[in-house]
Amino acid sequence: MSPIHYVALSVILFVIGGVGVLVRRNAIVVFMCIELMLNACNLAFVAFARMHGNLDGQVIAFFVMVVAAAEVVVGLAILMAIFRARRSASVDDANLLKY
Amino acid sequence: MSHILAATPSGTNTDSIAVETVFWILAFISVGAALAMILVRRAVHCAIMLAVVMLCLATMYAMQGAPFLAFVQIIVYTGAVLMLFLFVVMLIGISSSDSVVETIKGQRAAAGLAAIGLFLILILSIGHAAIGPAARTTAANNVDNLTGLARLIFTTYVFPFEVTGALLITAAVGAMVLAHRERTAPKPTQRDLAARRLVSGQLAPDPAPGVYALHDAADRPALLPDGSTSELSVSQTLAPRDPNEETPPVRPELPAPAVTEAES
Amino acid sequence: MTTLHTVAATGALKLSWLLLAFPLFGAVVLLLGGRRSNRWGHLLGVAMPVAAFVYGLIAFFTLLGTSHRSQDLHLYSWIPVAGFQVNMNLLVDQLSICFVLLITGVGSLIIIYSVGYMSHDPERRRFFGYMNLFLAAMLLLVLGDNYLVLYAGWEGVGLASYLLIGFWQDRNSAAVAAKKAFIANRVGDAGLSVAIMLMFTEFGTVSFTGVFGTVGSAGSGVATALGLLLLLGACGKSAQVPLQSWLLDAMEGPTPVSALIHAATMVTAGVYLLVRSNPILALSPDARLAVALVGTVTLLFGGIIACAKDDIKKSLAGSTMSQIGYMTLGAGLGPAGYVFSIALLLAHGFFKAGLFLGAGSVMHGMNDEVNMRRFGGLARVMPITSVTFGLAYLAIIGIPPFSGFFTKDPIIDADFTEHGTAGNVLGTLALIGAGITAFYMTRMMFMTWYGRRRWEAGAHPHESPPVMTWPMIVLAIGSVGAGAFLIVNDRLQDFLAPVVGVPPESHGFFTAPGLVALAFALAGVALGWAMYGRTPVPSEASRGSLLTVAARKDLYGDAFNESVLMRPGQWLTRLSVYFDNRGVDGLVNTLAAAVGGTSGRVRRLQTGFVRSYALFMFFGAALLVFGLLVVRL
Repeated sequence: MSPIHYVALSVILFVIGGVGVLVRRNAIVVFMCIELMLNACNLAFVAFARMHGNLDGQVIAFFVMVVAAAEVVVGLAILMAIFRARRSASVDDANLLKY
Repeated sequence: MSHILAATPSGTNTDSIAVETVFWILAFISVGAALAMILVRRAVHCAIMLAVVMLCLATMYAMQGAPFLAFVQIIVYTGAVLMLFLFVVMLIGISSSDSVVETIKGQRAAAGLAAIGLFLILILSIGHAAIGPAARTTAANNVDNLTGLARLIFTTYVFPFEVTGALLITAAVGAMVLAHRERTAPKPTQRDLAARRLVSGQLAPDPAPGVYALHDAADRPALLPDGSTSELSVSQTLAPRDPNEETPPVRPELPAPAVTEAES
Repeated sequence: MTTLHTVAATGALKLSWLLLAFPLFGAVVLLLGGRRSNRWGHLLGVAMPVAAFVYGLIAFFTLLGTSHRSQDLHLYSWIPVAGFQVNMNLLVDQLSICFVLLITGVGSLIIIYSVGYMSHDPERRRFFGYMNLFLAAMLLLVLGDNYLVLYAGWEGVGLASYLLIGFWQDRNSAAVAAKKAFIANRVGDAGLSVAIMLMFTEFGTVSFTGVFGTVGSAGSGVATALGLLLLLGACGKSAQVPLQSWLLDAMEGPTPVSALIHAATMVTAGVYLLVRSNPILALSPDARLAVALVGTVTLLFGGIIACAKDDIKKSLAGSTMSQIGYMTLGAGLGPAGYVFSIALLLAHGFFKAGLFLGAGSVMHGMNDEVNMRRFGGLARVMPITSVTFGLAYLAIIGIPPFSGFFTKDPIIDADFTEHGTAGNVLGTLALIGAGITAFYMTRMMFMTWYGRRRWEAGAHPHESPPVMTWPMIVLAIGSVGAGAFLIVNDRLQDFLAPVVGVPPESHGFFTAPGLVALAFALAGVALGWAMYGRTPVPSEASRGSLLTVAARKDLYGDAFNESVLMRPGQWLTRLSVYFDNRGVDGLVNTLAAAVGGTSGRVRRLQTGFVRSYALFMFFGAALLVFGLLVVRL
């Protein structure tokens, strides 16, 4: 397939992930949708690497994976700490910045 | 499969029909799984759907001549990160589910609108962008994928590599700090515990359930440690008996003994 | 038309600044000296005007002895700006020396009188300080050689008048009267200052020599405008209609103040201004007619008011208004009338001051009572005062050979002989005015000095001490002889001719209008005797006719001012306040409310929900990509 198909697929997955972030209330599910968005970007990078004919895109995708892993670790630790304090995993409960 | 793995630097413009078919099947599966992910209610189901998407993507990496990345995706991303998600879901509440009702007014409509808008814009831009066909590789990349990647990481991208290492260390330390629970008082030693026990007046621990039981009948209620009975211990279909009642010995009705006149 | 040619001052006249310095020194020492100077304050206060009078006599005789009778003394350069040069110069000429002698002479007599009159007042030192300030300002007014120095003196006398009318600060009526005087004067001052500005724009200079030299080349429109504006200024200071309402209220001040400022000197400053500006008036018949008209209206106005007032000082104030009307009328008749205006002014200084001092003497004896209905039969008890009062009375009503006859009748005569129909009308009214003058003065005489004693219980009138009676005697001598002295043999006429021009040939003293005037005066005396001499005077005022009621209310002068000026002014103020509150404040407040309201609505965007913020970020990202797309396409 020409790389454009992969990029189109990546766009679709990215948008679906974005909608998921906006619509879901469970914090863990929101996190997972963010992971979906990151994966979609990875796919696009790999497709561009194939388009250019060098491996730079793959290296970038590799680093993205590493960073995503670190981010997940810290994010979930924060989630655990919040859950311990508040007994709720809903994203809507953190609304103290309300007007 | 092997030709897929080996299909790399000398990739041509058009793939074989098999690759195309696989692409379309995987595309539909991944889009469907992504949609399912945002629509199902239970968190565990979301995680499963995400795993499906990640596996499809791994396959696609492999089809595009990035075998290393495909395996890293499966091993690290799906195997480690997603499992981490599942652990946290277990800790927080496996049965926790979102309600379907949306609390913020107009959020769903706005989200839909934003999504459609972004989708159109992005599709338009990539349509206009010069995304050419897969390129012929240069002579420098005429090695296999792993060597090429290694060469790039440790020469051109060595500084980001080091920084990423530092990031990982920071993340690990951060996670430990966040999960840590601070002791507010010094850990009581065995001596402290013994002293506490002495002061409270109860030197020995409470007996285990059943130690003071005198009876083990099913209709006799159990005794709580302070001596009172527990109504809950008897099945409601039975009538509980007074626990202090002494049970008369159960004897079968014997016939009256044959008293001989001879004895009297 | 006369022009002013001056030479630099020589000889004794080089010390002319002493005329200002003496009273000014007295004022400064007495006002700054405070209570420490209380014991000797009155002595300094008397010495300074007397010293000024002595120097005035020296200057007068020096002037008589030289052929250059217009001498200009340069003191210093006041405004040395390119294009507008004003010098502080003193002009000692025939006209100003007359005024200097009047001011310092009559002023000294009145100030000597006030030593006795104010002897019981603890603030006497402050009184003498203000009187000296007044004298200094008045002398500056008449001695200035340009309109700006005149204006400085003009404002100074206005200030002194305000301070002296409100001298008894604890009386609310005095404070109100002082304010009223100041404000009415201010309206006139506006006219004078606009005239000075006009002079500057038209002629580039405000000095007398400069203006009178170039006014001929300017159009008659300019001359008329200047004439009318100067008339407005004169109306304010001399209490002519329409700015006459303050003079009767000014009687709240002590009687020496009424005598000096509101009879002899300050109120004559307007006449001085008009006579000094005769080259301007000569070019504009319209302005002259306006001046004559104002004078005629005022002389009737003042006379009618004086007929109905029971307060002796207010009646005399009405009389002053009327007599200055005569002087203004004379100033509007051109060279035919200027000399007689000045002559009447000088004579009026004597007899009106004498009348006021007499009234003060009566008040002093009657425990400050001013209501004539409480007087009566005082001639036996206060003989000297009654005699001086009587001589001044004969002078004012124009009985020959006393002063009024020689000075007032030529003005009436000039009216008839000069100006055609307008002149006849004005002359007839002036004749009626002479009759009215005689009537109210006779009324005053009979109510005060003769008839039944209508005194209050506990009043024991007595003659005043010599320090008060001697000035009255001197003034009575002046009342008797001043008119004849000035007019017979054309003495004043020849003296003032270089300044004001030569009147046409006079027809002697017993002309037809003069005799008719005498007849009217005698008729007025007879009527006064019939109403107040023969029939006993009631102790309480009766209701009176419509005219009497109107005259008691100052011919509704105050009511007119209030309805035409005060109330619209208050409405304008209220409108401005309303506009400021609703309009300007409303605009600002609306702006603030708009900002507040908008922020109140917009802050609802901050819902606190992470997902709303995520939505905004999403939209923002979409916009960014869209922007990139648009740029790249």
